[in-house]
Amino acid sequence: MAPPEPRGAVMAAEGRIPAERVALVDLLDRLLAGGVVITGDLVLSIADVELVRISLRALITSITAETTGMTNVRFDDEPAWR
Amino acid sequence: MADVGTYLYAVAGDGGRRPPGGLTGVGGAPVRVIAEGGLLAYVSTVPLDQFGEEPLRRSMEELDWLGETARAHHGVVAAVAATGPTAPVRLVTVYSGDEQVRDLLRRRGADFAEALSRVTGRNEWGVKVYVDPAAPSAASGGAGGGTGGEAGARPGLAYLKRRQASLRDREAAWRDAVARGERVHTALLDVAVMGRRHRAQDPQLSGRDEWMVLNGAYLVDENRGPDFAALVSRFREQGTDVELSGPWPPYSFTELTDDQEARHGAP
Repeated sequence: MAPPEPRGAVMAAEGRIPAERVALVDLLDRLLAGGVVITGDLVLSIADVELVRISLRALITSITAETTGMTNVRFDDEPAWR
Repeated sequence: MADVGTYLYAVAGDGGRRPPGGLTGVGGAPVRVIAEGGLLAYVSTVPLDQFGEEPLRRSMEELDWLGETARAHHGVVAAVAATGPTAPVRLVTVYSGDEQVRDLLRRRGADFAEALSRVTGRNEWGVKVYVDPAAPSAASGGAGGGTGGEAGARPGLAYLKRRQASLRDREAAWRDAVARGERVHTALLDVAVMGRRHRAQDPQLSGRDEWMVLNGAYLVDENRGPDFAALVSRFREQGTDVELSGPWPPYSFTELTDDQEARHGAP
């Protein structure tokens, strides 16, 4: 019998990243653009791309508004800031 | 009766190990398991005054709420993925009740089985490539140099010429940087089973001023992880910064078949 270990240690030992140590931006890349998308009889799913875009836009503008005053961020392949 | 919904985190195959007890999800609620047709759905109960459509539209705009919810979601997915092949579900997928989740497992069982077999024995790795726009490249240097006399005589024209040259340099540097990102992506696909490019992150989010020319996710066989990491670090030596993250649960590689159609076919 192995002694009980905290979950973080178990995940670290198995090469998984504990939630508290993951960069939020990298996590949101995956959570908002990845994962199984199910449509149909649910209450809500953010399969709706527009909702994701709205959310990310808010995320960026809430940070940039204070620092650069930038309000118009594009999400094309070519970054708008270059 | 309270107005509640069933929040779905991930679907895994039945028969393997299960995550340790005491797992909690969004809002600190205990995670439950719904078993149906050889599949396990990991869910928790959520209040609809927070997870209904209208409240979510507001709270998705709040960074603190979004961060907290994303980490709670990931905590459950990572714990489940540590026990075996797992199909993570998109953030904030809320059903009206457990019976709807059961129905999903029945209807889409074959699709889930296919997605799970795709990721069995494999991990997702993240690779980001940054190129410093200010780094010297073949195209830069010398702009405006040796035109001192002209600048003295016609400062306006000299300024315009310098500016044009600097824009040309920047264009060339950008094309060069993008090509480097493409080369890394192509090279990584030699070791990875599949690859997918996410949108480049805004510098305000990445916290870095360099151009992000690749934000890729790669599905890699477990036993090839070291090869993959070694390949990634080889590009780091070429004057380009490369960040490796992972292993992640296979967030980027568990689309169900008709999701792919929806993604490419939807307007």
